Amino acid sequence: MDTDSKSAQGLPIVVEFSGGLELLFSNQRKHKLSLPSRDGKGHATNMAYLVRYLCDNLMSDARQDMFVVDDTVRPGVLVLINDADWELEGEHQYELKKNDNVLFVSTLHGG
Amino acid sequence: MAPKMCALCGTSRAFIVRPKNQQKLCKECFTTAFETEIHNTIIANSLFVPGERVAIGASGGKDSTVLASVLKTLNERYSYRLNLVLLSIDEGIKGYRDDSLETVKRNAVQYQMPLEIVGYDKLYGWTMDQVVDQIGKKGNCTYCGVFRRQALDRGAAGLGIRHVVTGHNADDIAETVMMNLLRGDLPRLARATSIVTASPASDIKRSKPLKYAYEKEIVLYAHHKRLDYFTTECIYSPEAFRGSARTLIKSLERIRPSAILDVVRSGEDMARLVPDEVSGGARPNKDILVVEGEAEIGGGCGSANGRSSGGEMADMEKQLLDIEHAQGNEIDIALRGQKHDRNCRNTNRMPKKLHKQQMGKCKRCGYLSSQDICKACMLLEGLNKNKPKQQIEVSVEEADSPTLTRRMEGLKVIPVHQT
Ligand SMILES: [Zn+2]
Ligand SMILES: [Zn+2]
Repeated sequence: MDTDSKSAQGLPIVVEFSGGLELLFSNQRKHKLSLPSRDGKGHATNMAYLVRYLCDNLMSDARQDMFVVDDTVRPGVLVLINDADWELEGEHQYELKKNDNVLFVSTLHGG
Repeated sequence: MAPKMCALCGTSRAFIVRPKNQQKLCKECFTTAFETEIHNTIIANSLFVPGERVAIGASGGKDSTVLASVLKTLNERYSYRLNLVLLSIDEGIKGYRDDSLETVKRNAVQYQMPLEIVGYDKLYGWTMDQVVDQIGKKGNCTYCGVFRRQALDRGAAGLGIRHVVTGHNADDIAETVMMNLLRGDLPRLARATSIVTASPASDIKRSKPLKYAYEKEIVLYAHHKRLDYFTTECIYSPEAFRGSARTLIKSLERIRPSAILDVVRSGEDMARLVPDEVSGGARPNKDILVVEGEAEIGGGCGSANGRSSGGEMADMEKQLLDIEHAQGNEIDIALRGQKHDRNCRNTNRMPKKLHKQQMGKCKRCGYLSSQDICKACMLLEGLNKNKPKQQIEVSVEEADSPTLTRRMEGLKVIPVHQT
């Protein structure tokens, strides 16, 4: 669907963390990111890419396992893409679009 | 990919996938379904009586905030005629409660409910920070948990309120069932599952209206209703056994979302099979389990629902447990829940009468207790004995430990209410 010309541009998205996850990301809830619109293999940038990207580039805390376990978002962390449960959007396979909002909420912390 | 539509109204886009049945719902239908189910739990278990004053144990966290919001909504929608009050505990952990108490204060305005804040320093003469200075960072959740349990009761009693509701959810219960299964503690497993606990020791009834609500849905409800809550974790809580049980539950949920409610229901079914002799001493009435209140569910201090239990304090916990088993000073009204009662045999099994305990007062603090010394005072005694420096020297009672120093306030622990 994406054209090559589009892939040259960045893919601006907003990523938010809450429920305690913000502590792993400079204690900042909202992050504006610009991702490449294609990954290294030429595939459209998807959620799997984003999760890896966040671990490699944005996480300020060494405790990666608080966010990711076995290459996927840790059980107990909810993911909402534009407010919708990512289960409705294909989870890792969801291809990110311009100005998407992705929210990660931990349910593991105090209630 | 075309957006999926709501399974109930068919007209709005689905945003939520319900963990218990994979139903895809729009925000509005989800909100209604979530609230209605809690209403059904409340009615099926006769949790409230009209005109009752009810204190909501409020931490500013998601569970208690959702509980307050939903109870306010249901109270108005179904005319429960409840008089709802927010009750918060200030453990005295520097910086830790500041934000959450601010949140609770905002909630009080948002929900137009009176707010009462009760501090450990006032109740016990010790803030949690001072406890931690004394015993170190590990294991202090035991203290926090014991103190907290009484604090809610004392706070409520001080307001003349005899019913406290807490935000324990299905995940919390499943986690506790699992923990007790893993450590072979069937009596505790049995007690953990009950939705109401009445306690002659404190004269305060405790209940958990969110018992069947998934944590995931609680978070989503808070998110979609834009509720004002605060996320924090007790900075002193070590991730111990409870943490592992929690991880296990969440991992099971990932594979089979219904697992959480299934574990809760298994716990209820198992509870029914636990003989009296096992569940806390021989009881004249088979329907009553004698328990020590909320100790079973999340005794820690991360929130109203603690997330951990200190490994180092195993001995103290065991000691406390033994006392419970031996004396059992609280009564668990094992109300039977709802739909899961496949064989209906026990559906309406209500206790005929409460087993009367000979109640006395804690010799230290005057708090109603069937034991000479209540749990909190037992812990306080240990703390006060080992208090190495500073503070006013009073050295009373324990004439055989002349070096003993005590804090004045520590001694005076609270005969506040409950006469
Ligand atoms: Zn709908
Ligand atoms: Zn006492």
